[in-house]
Amino acid sequence: MVSQEVTPRAKRELAQAEERTEAGKFFSPYTDIHETDRAVVVSMEVPGVDKNAIDIQLEKGVLTVKGTIDSAKYEPLRPIYSEYNVGNFVRTFAVSTKIDGGGISATVADGVLTVELPKAKEALTRRIAVG
Amino acid sequence: MVIRVKDPFATLLGLQHAMESVMGSDWFGGRTSGPGAFPLLNVFNDGDDFVVVAELPGVKKEDLEIEVRGDTVRIHGKKTIAQPESASVHRRERAAGEFDRTVTLPDDVDAAKVAAEYRDGVLTLRLPRAESAKPRTVTIN
Repeated sequence: MVSQEVTPRAKRELAQAEERTEAGKFFSPYTDIHETDRAVVVSMEVPGVDKNAIDIQLEKGVLTVKGTIDSAKYEPLRPIYSEYNVGNFVRTFAVSTKIDGGGISATVADGVLTVELPKAKEALTRRIAVG
Repeated sequence: MVIRVKDPFATLLGLQHAMESVMGSDWFGGRTSGPGAFPLLNVFNDGDDFVVVAELPGVKKEDLEIEVRGDTVRIHGKKTIAQPESASVHRRERAAGEFDRTVTLPDDVDAAKVAAEYRDGVLTLRLPRAESAKPRTVTIN
């Protein structure tokens, strides 16, 4: 089915809009967004983030996802060769569709976070049959 | 008290990029036998063990295969992204496909004692140095 090769890409470090009070780097996760009849689904690559370290907020039509990594496991290790940097993830999207805030669900599997934002009733697609 | 370097990775990456421009002449020969391929790796030393870490978000555990022989490690597998039917795509940044990477470590490792852990899309390989590669203390008679 898949025959093409995955090419390595450098992680995109976030240009800082505001200064942060916590130390550490922030990256912008690679994201897929698709929309079905009933929901907007956002999938983000957040490797190394535990499911309890993910914070999802939807406020005034702005979806903010933040994932914090646990760098404690790297502390006793001595780096000898490095190709990528490790850091937290944060990304913000303006959601243009009306969302049913109470129905938002999220799952994490193998470092991919999937957020499902169900559309509010008034935003659902209505099929109109031609009489 | 542990004094922490502000950002060991950035320091190391900077040093490495400087090194790579020198290595680009192929004067020393690369340390990795499959350079520039996916996945990107970080290699650490932990006592006598090598620790190889790679980020593989979206790769299922069963689609991942690791082979160790002598001083080389091969990580290969495939990454698939399930696309739901009848959905309109607004943004597609994630990439799927096959990958195969081989790295050469500075020393032989004990293939039988290699431990692999895959959690939250991060693969961690712990490769103990082979007995023959460990330094030996010689007592003077």
